[in-house]
Amino acid sequence: MNAIIDQTAPKLSPKDFASDQDVRWCPGCGDYSILKQVQTVMPDLGRKKEEFVFISGIGCSSRFPYYMDTFGMHSIHGRATAIATGLKASRPELSVWIITGDGDSLSIGGNHFIHLLRRNLDVNILLFNNQIYGLTKGQYSPTSEEGKITKSTPYGSIDHPFNPAALSLGADATFVARSMDRDPKHLQNVIRKGYDHKGTSLIEIYQNCNVFNDGAFEIFTEKSSKKLETLMVEDGQPLLFGENNDKGIILDGFKPKVVDLNNGFSANDLWIHDETDQVKGNILARFFDDPSKEGHLPRPFGVFYRQNRPTYEDGLNAQIQYTIDTYGKGDLDKLIAGKETWTIQ
Amino acid sequence: MSNENITKESVVIRFAGDSGDGMQLTGTQFTNTAALFGNDLSTFPDFPAEIRAPLGTTAGVSGFQIHFGSNKINTPGDECDVLVVMNAAALKVNIKQLKKGGTIIVNTDGFDNKNLRLANIADEDNPLENGSLDWYDVKKIDVTKITRATLSESGLSTKEIDRSKNMFVLGLIYWMYNRDMGLTEEFIKSKFKKKETIADANIKLLRAGYNYGETTETFNSRYSVEKAQMAPGVYRGIMGNQALAYGLIAASHQAELPIFLGTYPITPASDILHELSKYKNFGVRTFQAEDEIAGICAAIGAAYGGSIGITTSSGPGIALKTEAIGLATMLELPLVIVNVQRGGPSTGLPTKTEQADLLQALYGRNGECPVVVIAASTPSDCFYQAFEAVRISLQHMIPVILLSDGYIANGAEPWKFPQTSDLPKINIEFAKSITDGSKYMPYSRDEKLTRPWAVPGTAGLEHRIGGLEKQNITGNISYDPENHEFMTNLRAEKVAKVADYIGNQTIDQGAESGELLILGWGSTYGAIKTAVNQLLEEGYSVSHSHLKYINPMPHNLGDLLKNYKKVLIPEMNSGQLIKIIRDKYLIDAQGLNKVQGMPFNTIEIISKVKELLK
Repeated sequence: MNAIIDQTAPKLSPKDFASDQDVRWCPGCGDYSILKQVQTVMPDLGRKKEEFVFISGIGCSSRFPYYMDTFGMHSIHGRATAIATGLKASRPELSVWIITGDGDSLSIGGNHFIHLLRRNLDVNILLFNNQIYGLTKGQYSPTSEEGKITKSTPYGSIDHPFNPAALSLGADATFVARSMDRDPKHLQNVIRKGYDHKGTSLIEIYQNCNVFNDGAFEIFTEKSSKKLETLMVEDGQPLLFGENNDKGIILDGFKPKVVDLNNGFSANDLWIHDETDQVKGNILARFFDDPSKEGHLPRPFGVFYRQNRPTYEDGLNAQIQYTIDTYGKGDLDKLIAGKETWTIQ
Repeated sequence: MSNENITKESVVIRFAGDSGDGMQLTGTQFTNTAALFGNDLSTFPDFPAEIRAPLGTTAGVSGFQIHFGSNKINTPGDECDVLVVMNAAALKVNIKQLKKGGTIIVNTDGFDNKNLRLANIADEDNPLENGSLDWYDVKKIDVTKITRATLSESGLSTKEIDRSKNMFVLGLIYWMYNRDMGLTEEFIKSKFKKKETIADANIKLLRAGYNYGETTETFNSRYSVEKAQMAPGVYRGIMGNQALAYGLIAASHQAELPIFLGTYPITPASDILHELSKYKNFGVRTFQAEDEIAGICAAIGAAYGGSIGITTSSGPGIALKTEAIGLATMLELPLVIVNVQRGGPSTGLPTKTEQADLLQALYGRNGECPVVVIAASTPSDCFYQAFEAVRISLQHMIPVILLSDGYIANGAEPWKFPQTSDLPKINIEFAKSITDGSKYMPYSRDEKLTRPWAVPGTAGLEHRIGGLEKQNITGNISYDPENHEFMTNLRAEKVAKVADYIGNQTIDQGAESGELLILGWGSTYGAIKTAVNQLLEEGYSVSHSHLKYINPMPHNLGDLLKNYKKVLIPEMNSGQLIKIIRDKYLIDAQGLNKVQGMPFNTIEIISKVKELLK
């Protein structure tokens, strides 16, 4: 975050962030909602429009920058993270957003993804996870569940999927959150928190691909099952879920357990969410059970973990300042001449 | 005792030993001393790919060749006059580089049974005893023994003592060539500032080597190599990678824009990263990325933001960067891609030199994706071509590939360096903010066909760019068939237009027309220049022209080539430039090709010319 709020600037509206290009995702795609929530949040961030840059890779989600009336780059597959790194490192005052998908960031771009997280540049990653390859028309992705039947896995996928939140924590990410396309308020809230975090914010967004993987997250997004199957975590609040918020999570040693508040437990007994607790954040990110299995844990949404750690660009620019302060601004003639010269008369 | 003193015009010395014997340092010290004395010179380090190959084996032999003289020196020399060998393996690997009748200075301790076995030489075939060196003047010295005796009271361990034996050899060579040891003594003092015992030991040994020459009767003669007649001015010694880094910084200074280097370590290009990373007080940002792809992509991101985006690598790394070079071409952003070529394909010969990535530079991308390609010809020329690569990329909003290679990257020469005031300004203007509400056109163009550089943060210029084909002027995505052809042609024309801003091709040596022209590019410059010089003296009708700009080529090149009955193109590959020349100008150029990971010898070029002019 670099909140240089210009009080004199006229307040922008979501419409100011919509470009003149026709949005070309499939009708019913979850991407529409994400675009809308981002455009809704932008004016509240108090920055000039020209300071925002959206950089994407390749895939359905990566069309996103074309629809934002900001600076933007639709780059190549998997590399948005690397391009954003160069931009943010050299222009730290900009607000840089990476738009990527599960294939783009976790398959072809997996390497840049983890290295961006460990370097901790102050950028925001919106990872649209639809658990499928949409643009190439329906192959399994690195987040597709085992056994998934797709065009490239007619007998079922034998790949074990990534859990993006756990992977990110493994890469020492300083902000890890999950949200979903079907919960506009939650998504807006998480995006705001991601923006406010100084450091790389990883926001995984469950996004429905209604053409190739329709209903992948239905159990978490549909009204009928949402309350029972999702765990909306809030900093300082107990881990509550269930139809009437009558279920909760306790920690038995390091083992999370579901308890019934109608059956001897009160909210005071529950695990209180602390966004800055790394150990608990890791346990929370590992709530990744198959919801069809008996005794599974609910799927958490919200900010799992955040940490203040110096950013790469601050370190880099501090070194530049340090060398200027210590050795003076570079003198080109001195550099070229070096230490040993001789004169031919 | 007195020795005969013989004056020589030029001398080639090759220092060879185990990787840990300090041969590179010995060679560099001799080089600096010769340069300071006023000789012209050229050097060639020849080291193994392994950092510490097994001791005493041929795989671990490290060599350093220096050619210095009172005349103009353009190459490190075909054969050496003096070969210094620290062990049997070093002799085995390097003996073929020694002139018949040349001098070998041998550390006899390196020829014991163990060393012979490590070098795969049978005991009975010990070259010091079997007469195989009868052609040469062999000076046998037990350097190890003398070193240990000299430093017996130094308080250093045997291991530390043995490590300094290269100083004895250096002292001896200084005596042979009448050199002052002051520079090296100063170097030792400063290197071991905090380890006085080691500094003293090294200096003692250096002097011991010198005195050994003076007092023993091993050598009948000493040699003098007078100062060279060089253009008046202030000089320094320079290596190619160092010059390249300075050229980039100089361009950044003259363009008043900061450098962003996104790169990944690779031999033989890493030294550019090492150099640039020191100069953060010039505003240089260096980013050691997780891989080659991230290196170039970060550079593209920085270029988008208004920095001078640079990536440096060698062949295998360039292969990984190709998709991103295509992106930069579509984005029409400035980008400098440096390829310090090595032997290929695949991992190939990492520490050896080759010019085999020219076609990769010209064509190695998907789709029709022309970029500007220029090449450096000598260590100091790396400075000027790096400057030029930045200038072209910024002023034409285009990726530029700069080709260097391992030979000039690690080679050194004296350089009459320029002053900042000698360098042109590189004038760059970013697109200006639009405040009247009109729509910004990111792909509008000027007379060079260059689009504006509109950096994020500029009000009113919000726009989207990307790898998809786009409409001219608006930059909107376009799948229109005719538009794609139009844009493909436009990108090619934009590269071709660079030729309007580079000047004409010139003749380096020889007449403007005649029997034969040698057309070279890149690091073959020195060998060709020396060959042509000699051929002209012998009365041959031969000229030399050296290409810096390979894409686009200078406008007059076709006419220039047609002034000669024959054209010879020597290349350290199987014939790459020749394909372009034949295709473009329909002339029957002849090739001279060497793909041994080693630069051309002058004699190889001379022989080929004589064969063609028979």
